[in-house]
Amino acid sequence: MEQPTPEYLQKTRRGEPVTLLEAISEGLFEEMSSDERVFLLGEDIGTYGGAFKVTRGFLEHFGDRRVIDTPIAEGGFTGAAAGAAHMGLRPVVEMQFMDFISPAYDVITNYIATSLYRGAGPMPLVIRGPVGGGNRGGPFHSQNVEMAFFHTPGLKIVYPSTPYDAKGLIKSAIRDDNPVIFEEHKGLYRAPALREVLPDEDYVVPIGKANTVREGKDLTVVTYGAMVHKSVEAAELLEKEDGLSVEVIDLRTLLPLDDDAIIESVKKTGKVLVVHEDTRTGGIAGEIAIRISEKAFEWLDGPILRVTAIDSPVPYSGSLEDYFLPQTSDVVKAARYLAGY
Amino acid sequence: MSDSFPAGLDGERLKGLYRALCITRAAEERLEILQKQGHVTGGLYRSLGQEAGSVGAAFALRRESDGTGDFLAPTVRAAGAMFLFGATLVDFFRQYMARETSPTRGREANVHWVDYQKGFVGPVSPLGTMVEIMAGVTLSFSLRGEDRVGMVFYGDGASSTGAWHEGLNFAAVQRCPLILMVEANQYAFSSPTAKNTRVQSFTEKAPGYGIGAESVDGTDVIAVYEAVSRAAERARGGLGTQLIELKYFRRLGHAQHDSQEYVDPALIAEWEKKDPIACFHRRMVDNGWATEQELETLWHESEEDCRVAAEQAIAEPVPHGPDAVDDVYTDVTTPHPWTRGVSPDPRLA
Repeated sequence: MEQPTPEYLQKTRRGEPVTLLEAISEGLFEEMSSDERVFLLGEDIGTYGGAFKVTRGFLEHFGDRRVIDTPIAEGGFTGAAAGAAHMGLRPVVEMQFMDFISPAYDVITNYIATSLYRGAGPMPLVIRGPVGGGNRGGPFHSQNVEMAFFHTPGLKIVYPSTPYDAKGLIKSAIRDDNPVIFEEHKGLYRAPALREVLPDEDYVVPIGKANTVREGKDLTVVTYGAMVHKSVEAAELLEKEDGLSVEVIDLRTLLPLDDDAIIESVKKTGKVLVVHEDTRTGGIAGEIAIRISEKAFEWLDGPILRVTAIDSPVPYSGSLEDYFLPQTSDVVKAARYLAGY
Repeated sequence: MSDSFPAGLDGERLKGLYRALCITRAAEERLEILQKQGHVTGGLYRSLGQEAGSVGAAFALRRESDGTGDFLAPTVRAAGAMFLFGATLVDFFRQYMARETSPTRGREANVHWVDYQKGFVGPVSPLGTMVEIMAGVTLSFSLRGEDRVGMVFYGDGASSTGAWHEGLNFAAVQRCPLILMVEANQYAFSSPTAKNTRVQSFTEKAPGYGIGAESVDGTDVIAVYEAVSRAAERARGGLGTQLIELKYFRRLGHAQHDSQEYVDPALIAEWEKKDPIACFHRRMVDNGWATEQELETLWHESEEDCRVAAEQAIAEPVPHGPDAVDDVYTDVTTPHPWTRGVSPDPRLA
């Protein structure tokens, strides 16, 4: 028996602000309501409602054939999702923490990402879950996983920073015929400052489009996820204290990268700072730098610089983790250095 | 004619089984010729001695061409099952010869192709993955209330993978209507079964997953047909995932490049006496299910079909190199290398 929509999933309908987590829940709920091919698989997502309660109440509403509590075997249930996608269903897989996506690396990169190319058809599949540090989660509950998959043609990678984008992007991801890895920063899940009233209508945010969250003319910060908010904070401080006009671009989608948005901004400011919470070596900053070199070298007035986490596992202790993570002050210092060119 | 037809089969269906065995062997023998002629560029894998396993199994399933029938995930040594599911000989040769006209447009090799209407999804090279995939395929049958079963083939070696365990466990828990076919041909490449498992029979693994299992002589096409018929009935009846062990022997190397020096020739000679086609041929004639002449004709027709299909595939074009950028995504363009244009321009990279 289908239950009525729980009241906590109707905040947007009532015109109340929602958190990023609630925005994702609403997006999932609406897509499941409007398309019966959409179903969920993951650990503890049914009875328990998920480790972070993203799918609270879904089991009661949609039943255990569409909200499937799986064995603890990420490779197995991700592969099963791929099989179901072959047959025309549109599975959404939850990784309890994205750190645990690694057992599914084989089936994602070898099987899912290659399906269309191999002639095995489209793969409408979303793999979503919490990422990111700052919650004292230690090495196995804090990682960002984008670059483990960035190198795999056939995948899309999405990483929203606001409730509006999160809801619009999860809907786009579910409707996409390509496999999408969808990263949700734990630190943003319930951040009160991010709460916002969303349109009470069916809207989507397109995959592959960056968003200029702050206009500027002196330098460009290219970033995504939780670092968007630290970068904006830094930009405001730099404007007040240094009179610097800093543009901030939220990539929102990492694969495919929105080259046009980046290049257009570079041509305006001539200086680029890439900020990511992910570790340094092999981080997305490297790819962005080479693309700017290829496409806008003559527009540069300084080196392309980056602010990132350090190249280490994510440490548990607060003092260590705060040192590990890029902070607003790091963005400020790097921007001042770059502005000196 | 005989009134002692086995397993509820009639004369026509028995001849259908025999023909499927012939097609399988003749297609692989044709491949050897094509490889010697330089037409097959990739690996060549034979199922010599195992043909009855794939043919008998597929024969027991419901094969349709409109996307409503049972569903198969073969291995490279189960081409016989694919042919029964409607895979054409010409597509088989196109795949091995990487033709533009092949089902994968030259992107993938041998039996690695898919036809959702006919009901099969070819394997990928990482072993065990297809058990996970078929868990999901058959989960979709359950979710939609469709009366269909799935069948996945894999070998001794794949039984050691994590994917095998995870896929099987998922299917068992969800009571997916899936039949696992373990091709117990005694070797994983050069490694004998004892280096992959301590069990004497792969059916011993089944109780660990709470599923039904049966072991069968994989050289006896009728026995395989009967065992799989029983398993399919159990799976259809709501008993969920089933396992069938095909006991037989890989009489050639892992692939053509493997001369199989690690196997005692006497053992191979012993298994030659159990050749599935020769044995079935004898049984057909001895029981009066078919005449010697009829069976000879079926073999020669099979050989001729393979020759004609191969000739067609040979004549077809290879893919156009720049098409390599197509179909990475449904909606995102992959750029061509910036150095391949008339005037190199890195801004196009």
